Order: sequence, then structure tokens, then C-alpha cells
Amino acid sequence: MKIIACIKQVPDTESHIKVAPDGKSIVQDDIKWVMNPYDEYGVEEALRLKEKFGGEVVVLGLGPKRVTESLRTALAMGADKAVLVVDDALTGSDALATAKALAAAVKGMEYDLIFTGQRGVDDDQGLVGAALGEFLGIPHLAVITKLEAGEDGKSIKTNRPVEGQTLVYETVLPAIVTTQKGLNEPRYASLPGIMKAKKKPLEEKSLSDLGLDPAEFGTNARKLKVIQLTPPPERQAGKIVQGETPEEKAAALAKLLHDEAKVI
Amino acid sequence: MAQGIMVVAEQRNGDIHKISFEVVSEGRRLADALGQEVIAVLAGSGVKDKAAVLAQYGADKVMVADDPRLETYTPDAYVPVIADMVKAKDPAILLVGGSFTGKDLAARLSARLGVGMAQDCVSFAIEGGKLTAVRPIYAGKAYAKVSFSEDFPQMATARPNVMAVNEPDAGKSADVEEAPVNLDDAALKTKVVEVIKDESGKVDLTEADRIVSGGRGIKGPEGFGILETLADALGASVGASRSAVDAGWRAHTDQVGQTGKVVSPNLYIACGISGAIQHLAGMSTSKVIVAINKDPDAPIFQKADYGVVDDLFKVVPPLTDEVKKVMG
Repeated sequence: MKIIACIKQVPDTESHIKVAPDGKSIVQDDIKWVMNPYDEYGVEEALRLKEKFGGEVVVLGLGPKRVTESLRTALAMGADKAVLVVDDALTGSDALATAKALAAAVKGMEYDLIFTGQRGVDDDQGLVGAALGEFLGIPHLAVITKLEAGEDGKSIKTNRPVEGQTLVYETVLPAIVTTQKGLNEPRYASLPGIMKAKKKPLEEKSLSDLGLDPAEFGTNARKLKVIQLTPPPERQAGKIVQGETPEEKAAALAKLLHDEAKVI
Repeated sequence: MAQGIMVVAEQRNGDIHKISFEVVSEGRRLADALGQEVIAVLAGSGVKDKAAVLAQYGADKVMVADDPRLETYTPDAYVPVIADMVKAKDPAILLVGGSFTGKDLAARLSARLGVGMAQDCVSFAIEGGKLTAVRPIYAGKAYAKVSFSEDFPQMATARPNVMAVNEPDAGKSADVEEAPVNLDDAALKTKVVEVIKDESGKVDLTEADRIVSGGRGIKGPEGFGILETLADALGASVGASRSAVDAGWRAHTDQVGQTGKVVSPNLYIACGISGAIQHLAGMSTSKVIVAINKDPDAPIFQKADYGVVDDLFKVVPPLTDEVKKVMG
């Protein structure tokens, strides 16, 4: 089975996010960049399928040069090779443009199955996987917590938990799957894995390598424009509920929730 | 020229879901600001007779695509059908409810239509005749105000539980127009093979009106028992912090935070949760936050409207009794 796992690099979820003076971006100085947590599940699932069916796992990244580090992590986990779409003209691209560039990169490869995380924990758009499916003309199955590949490796069955139920979908390959927490427990890179990763191929592609027009990418080509970033609305610390005993505090809290907050 | 506001309503198991009323109501407010019409559209099977109710919340027109192949959502079947309705009506704005289904539909549809799309918005406005939206990013650690390029429709999903629902006006009705369903069976590659119902009967965290959540302070899976009891008394759903989920005490689907669900209930009761930044990010749009924690320095108290500094195991059981008294 030929599998492509797409990865994005995002600020670690423990990061504090500060709005930059331009009001349209974030301060990047103290950010620790990591592989998007949801993408790790895709890399892991790709490796498990390869272990079962044989084949190849290619990790595909898009972004600045620093993304190389996350691609190397995926190679150390066991992926066979890496491709990085890197071009100054990509800076500031929206999700639709990102998906377009990824689609162009994928079109040059053989594949049965593609993974992306269900969303990047930075922009929270959850758009690239579905848009990539659209641009490639293949089905996408989103926010998946279980995946079974048919014995012939030509179809997949997936579980998608939604409000109040889990939908079990079956589709034919090639297809794209977006991964959700619960799908698997991603492995750590082993020391020999890290050593081997250094020798695995990592290819860089620019927009012109992919036959794309740089004018269709970047901040100015965005179809979703960012007017302004702001810190979240401040929440003020409220009152500490008083009482001599836990029982008194519980009674006072229930009264406040009923009389003052009017939520019960 | 693109005109009007199209709102995509959602049915689940044949019933119009509450999120539909939220987006129709918001669509109405935007339409009034523009002096334009609201068209509500619905896809499903055997739902034609149920769609007229959307008029009571503010839809001027209702359009239904009714076909057995639309019974349960698949991107393969829903995207072409809704795209056809968009092309037929050429709306200036397309609003979708930000449920799991809505977000997935909107994502693929925006790529098919080639337009920008703002996911999971918490407010909308009309400025200079165009749509602007505010959406939390980094799970709420920052807010982005966004607008759209000159492509139409301007497209967005609305976060569940955030948009105010209009008082239904029983006197209002709308003709229900049947939309053509042009689906090529050969192109429907994705099939729903099973629907596994969640037997808990709890509302999903993303749509819950009240949530009782537990963290590391719960000390183990059995500790969630008293939270379940409180939640039952409140009619609440039960959530968990990442540490509780990673410890294996609760299912992944219960996780609230940046790598879990982002929630906006009216009441969020955090029990034994210290308030790591990635957790706070996922629940800070809750309307009223209560924190119960024995550590007075826990960061959660900085975000809480009401704080109880005490042992949760001693506070939650009497709180459950008090809630039962108040709620009768």
C-alpha cells in the first residue's frame, strides 16, 4: 500500500499565544514548533498499515524550512521518505491555497491512501483534508477514530464519532482520511530510528517545481482575509464561595447559581 | 449579483436539529442588516414535511432535497446536492451550523465552490455590505476577525450553542420548494455501513447546555461516579481534562481542550482541574464557569465566575443534593 501522511508544524499546545504588533499575526519568538498532534495519528496509522500490507510511507510537509525537523521526526518513527513544499511565496496562504499546493505535490506521486490531521491546532479550520480530497477528486472521511483496511487493500472502513452516535463509513481507495485522537497511540522515534532518519531522502519542492503560479498563494491571494487578531476576551476572576464546611459552600454555590447566575 | 443569505439546516435521524434554528436565527439578523432574504435549505430523506418550521425562526424560503441517499450524511452525496442549490440561488452569504456534519460539509463545499470559508465562528456582522466574522484560533488563545475576497458566497460555520435562537413565530410559514437531486450512483463511493448509537443518552459536549468536568484531582476512573451523579441532577454532560483522558480514566471523546472538544455551555463546572492553558482554551467561551479545587492557587480560579476552595469529594455530593432541591 502506498501511503502519504501530511504534516503541519504548529506551536506546542502549552504555548502562550501573543498577538504581534502588526495585529495580524502572532509573536513567534518563544514558540516551540511541533508536529500538529492530530497529524501524529496519521503518521502512526500509515506505519501500521505499511507493517500489515507492505508498501511505502511518504511524509509530506508544507511550510518554512523549520518543518524539516518534524519531517525528520516522522522519518525516525519509520516513514520511508519525506517531501517538503517550501517557497517564500507560500507565507500567509489560507487553507484552500495550502490544499491546492499539497494536491499538486500529491499528483506527482503514487498513492492509495492519504492522511491528514482532522485540524491544525493553530488555525482550527479543519479544511485542508476535505479540500485536498476535492482537488484530487477522491473521497475523504473526516475525524476518524478507527480504521480497518479491507484484506485486498482496496477499501477502508472507518469510525467517525459525531454528536450522539458513531457513523461507520466504507469507501474505496484511493481516499483521504483525517485523523482524530483515539485512533492509535503514536510511537516514539527509537534511537536507531533517529540515526536511520538522517540518511532517508528528503526532497524539497518549490511552487514552480509543482507547476504552480506563486501569485495564487500567500497573504495577498487569501480568499479568507484576516482583518485583525486580538487576545481572547478577558474573563475576570469571580467570587470565592464562602462557608465553614463543604456542605455550607455547596449550599451557597447552588444558591448563587440559581439566584444570581440563573443557570440552574 | 449574488443576493440573499442561504442557511444550511441539519436533520438528524429525520428530525430538524437545534443548530438549524441557531443558524437560521443568525441568518435572519444578517439578512435584516442587508435588507435581503433568508433561504433555508435542508437535505435528508422523508424530511419535506418537517422543513416548514424553519420559517418560524426567520427563513423566508425553504428548499428541501429529499432522497433516500441523503438519509445520513456522506460528503459524496451532500456536497453536490448543496452545491447545486447554491448555484441555483447564487446567495451572497452561505451559513452552516458548526456541528461535526456542518463543518465537514462546509470544508469540502468551500473547495468545490472555490470560496473562502471561516470555520466555527462566534459572531458575525455586516460591514460595508459585506460579511465579517470572528473566530477563535489556537482553540481560543486568540480571536481572528476575518472577511472574504470578492468571491461569492461568503461562507462560514457557526459554533454550536453560541448564536441566539429567535422566538419561533407560529404565524409564519413558507412554501417548501423541492430541490432537484442529481446524484450519479457511480460517483457515490462512500457508504454508511452502520450507525452506532451512543447509549448514554447524554448530549454531546459541543452542544451541551451544562457540563461537569473532571481532571487529575478526580484521582481515578471511579472518582467520576460523583460527577456523573451531579451531572444527572443537572441534566449535564460529563467532560474531562487531557490528563484524565491520557491516564485512561475517560474516553477520548470526553476531552475538553485544545486537542479535544471546544465547548460553550451555559454552565461549566470544573472539578479537580487545575486549569492548564490548553484546557482553558477549550472552555473559556462557557457562559458561567465554576471551579472546585482544593488548591487556592490553581489557575482555573482566575477564569471562574464562582470558585470553591475545598476537597471536591466533600463538596460535590452535598452540591448534588442542593441542586436537586433547587431544580425540584
